[in-house]
Amino acid sequence: MRYGMAVDTLKCVGCSDCVVACQTENDVPIGYCRDWIVEKTFGSYPELQLEIRSERCNHCANAPCVRTCPTEASHYGPGGVVLVEENECIGCKACITSCPYDARFVHPEGYVDKCTFCIHRVEKGQNPACVSVCPTHAMIFGDMDDPNSELSKAMATRKWKALIPEAGTDPKVFYLL
Amino acid sequence: MSHTMNRREFIKIAGVGASSLAFATPLFDFSKGEVLAPDTHPGMYSKRTPTYCEICFWKCAGWVHTNEAGNIWKITGHEDDPHSNGRLCPRGTGGVGMYNDEDRLKTPLIRTGKRGSQTFREASWDEAFEYIADGLKKIAEEHGPECVALFTHGSGGTYFGDMLKAYGSNNIAAPSYAQCRGPREVGFISTYGEGVQSPERVDIRDTRCLVLIGSHFGENMHNGPVQEISQATGKGASIITVDPRFSTVASKSKFWLPIKPATDLALLLAWMHVIIYEGLYDKEYVEKYTYGFEDLKAHVAGMTPEWAYGITTIKPEQIRATAREMANASPRVIIHPGRHVTWYGDDTQRLRAVAILNAILGSWGRRGGYYYPEKVSFKSYPHPPFPKPKRTWKDAYPGQYKLAGLALASGICDATVPTTERDCSFKGWIVNGTNLIHTLPNQENTLKAIDALDLMVVIDTMPMEITGYADVILPECTYLERYDSIRVSPHREPTIALRMPAAEPKYNTKPAWWMAKGIAEKLGLGHYLPWKNIEEKLDWELKQVGTSLQEMKRIGVKKFEREYDDLYPMEDLADFEFNTNTGKIELYSTAMEDEGYDPLPKYTHHEEPPYGYYRLNYGRAPMHTFSRTANNPNLTDLMDENSVWVNPKVAKGWDLKNDQYVWLENQDGVITKTPIKVRVTERIRFDSVFVVHGFGHTNRHLSRANGRGASDADLITRVHTDPVMGGTGMRGNFVTFRFEAGEEVSS
Ligand code: SF4
Ligand code: SF4
Ligand code: SF4
Repeated sequence: MRYGMAVDTLKCVGCSDCVVACQTENDVPIGYCRDWIVEKTFGSYPELQLEIRSERCNHCANAPCVRTCPTEASHYGPGGVVLVEENECIGCKACITSCPYDARFVHPEGYVDKCTFCIHRVEKGQNPACVSVCPTHAMIFGDMDDPNSELSKAMATRKWKALIPEAGTDPKVFYLL
Repeated sequence: MSHTMNRREFIKIAGVGASSLAFATPLFDFSKGEVLAPDTHPGMYSKRTPTYCEICFWKCAGWVHTNEAGNIWKITGHEDDPHSNGRLCPRGTGGVGMYNDEDRLKTPLIRTGKRGSQTFREASWDEAFEYIADGLKKIAEEHGPECVALFTHGSGGTYFGDMLKAYGSNNIAAPSYAQCRGPREVGFISTYGEGVQSPERVDIRDTRCLVLIGSHFGENMHNGPVQEISQATGKGASIITVDPRFSTVASKSKFWLPIKPATDLALLLAWMHVIIYEGLYDKEYVEKYTYGFEDLKAHVAGMTPEWAYGITTIKPEQIRATAREMANASPRVIIHPGRHVTWYGDDTQRLRAVAILNAILGSWGRRGGYYYPEKVSFKSYPHPPFPKPKRTWKDAYPGQYKLAGLALASGICDATVPTTERDCSFKGWIVNGTNLIHTLPNQENTLKAIDALDLMVVIDTMPMEITGYADVILPECTYLERYDSIRVSPHREPTIALRMPAAEPKYNTKPAWWMAKGIAEKLGLGHYLPWKNIEEKLDWELKQVGTSLQEMKRIGVKKFEREYDDLYPMEDLADFEFNTNTGKIELYSTAMEDEGYDPLPKYTHHEEPPYGYYRLNYGRAPMHTFSRTANNPNLTDLMDENSVWVNPKVAKGWDLKNDQYVWLENQDGVITKTPIKVRVTERIRFDSVFVVHGFGHTNRHLSRANGRGASDADLITRVHTDPVMGGTGMRGNFVTFRFEAGEEVSS
């Protein structure tokens, strides 16, 4: 089992519903976020293109944050999800420095926090909060090892990219193009 | 913008306070709502209660989840609801912020200083009601009850409306008519005999081609269309977007037509020309259902794409290609009527053109075009008949706005400013949930009107600019803390939805029904709102349609069978009589002709910005509904100020840099009260600027919204009024840049 996520850039409208849903679901304090929106414009008027992405922790299979964590608070959980054990985190920020995606932040309570792929929901058979709320159904969450999962099918039939592949982190969040 | 920058933007506001996540305590008794197994947070019990969202008029049904401490945790969509299909938009998801907002109005207030000075003293509910009742009685004696008007936006309006009707006035206006969708309704009613309604009866789900004129879905997050556009494009539908701005939806479109602002009607007429003269129209449909085709044909004879090119700057081959795209999809094509359509003053005629274009493509009453919605026939709790008012707002405008179907908020505002020609001006305003200072155009006029009032009552959840001018402020609890009327809106399938409190009202706030009933009782009119409390009223009403309050508390949304099997009545060219003079779809409108208006839409040239000025276009951002969300902690976290979009060429000419603050000044020398950040972007035409509406608040009680961004409403001093129905065209204002503040900076 390897959990992954695909975000369809053709569907995403950048509404940030995924960001608010994550914030309420996971009690992320106001002023912080575990997922966020990036908008990029290409070209000049009137020959233009716009790419919108909902981004979050990539749950890298080769995660520098896990490697640099001195206390093993950052670790691989079920299905390869990268998690932080808040009680073991000493707030040293080594992981924050090592993450090429800027996916982590220090929670006001002192530990490092980030996207968990809503593993508490996933383990109950639900989608992550962001996926379940998206009005355009832009996100697909699933098991990359299961060739019949919606995720595997989308990745087999659509063009896609991952972010900063040159960092060699083996990210598990993909962008359908 | 780099990804890191963007990320930083999100985290720049320091968070405080402990997490509200507490640990499991024993289950307690939920007399309302349902204890939930399937969707719980680790270490936390939750219950859910049904609601429908109040953050925009789409009214999506959902569930409010509360934790064991009784605090509201999150809101999710209701799976059985056709408005939300189980998914709320960001504003609905962030509705929690409205409940948590510590700047909320907390207790009734009575003004002590002069109007607008924001000085109030706390009052008891009884004292506040007494004050209002005394004021209303005095106006009734001296001027007649018809001199009191209600401005309303949102659910509470029903109760204040009933109270006002019992008192003797039916001047009830929603700015959503004359400042928003009114011309659309009139344009469609005069063509099809019925309007587009709300939610819009467009069958986007099954369309093959969707044409959007200025509508910016995706930034405008009305839930239904956003979901269905994604669904339709997933099935291969094409989108044609007409907009001077490269909107989000323009970026998803097969064709983007970057039109010169204020020329849309020329494009619509040219499309008709191509479709008629290339023989692409739906001949059987036109033959069977429409009236006036030959007149229309003659009318558009000279309106070639070459003619329109000179006006719109859209190339003739683009006009032809898009016309053919629509015709290829016909009848599964939607030229979308939009919603906020009060732009240039000839808006009813532009919307008539939209209606006609749909008709010649045969999309009305067809799958993938316009469907026939149905709603549950719902009986309200019986009450004695309301007294018949002697005058209405229309008496202030003899011979004008003859096709206005609903009261004009702007018309009432104008008729409040005293003149010698009128025997009665309005003397009392009750303002429920609408920040008229930002909603009505021409603020100076609005302030003049307010100055002439004997009584102004404002009901809101939040302090707003308008609350500063009130004599009495009544703090309403949020939609998450109250019952309201049952949602009975038309859709493909008739449904009803319940809103009930998920938590006790915070502070000393109360629901609208309770306030309206309390004031009515003080006026000795309690028998017009005869129910004991809202539960009794709702239960009675629900039992008439075969359910009950108890059942609705459990299920939230109930679907009903359609009474008529006519979702797409024109699908197979069945006989149909339209509710028009001719019984046909009137391409040539006899109703317009009878009232002395153009029976076929004509293109009129609108003034263009003078040198160094740019047309002020305004619109939405996905996470905000104007004033209503301006201070919401979750939503301001996503966007806490607006910016002015400027084309790079224009920016170069003015030496404007990204993120620099400027003031905007309009053609009348009016300057924004607050400065606004510049956003240099290729996504906007050189002859216009774009601003998201709803920012630039000046009420210091709004800790997150005060002084953030600027208000386009400050700049809308010139209004082009639609002669047909009184819509206030607001897109004829031009702005330029200033590098220092205006002289008069408001408090
Ligand atoms: S909720 Fe969906 S459409 Fe909205 S920003 Fe997130 S991924 Fe994009
Ligand atoms: S994106 Fe960053 S935080 Fe997430 S697994 Fe990769 S390195 Fe770690
Ligand atoms: S579209 Fe959004 S704001 Fe409007 S009612 Fe639905 S969830 Fe609420």
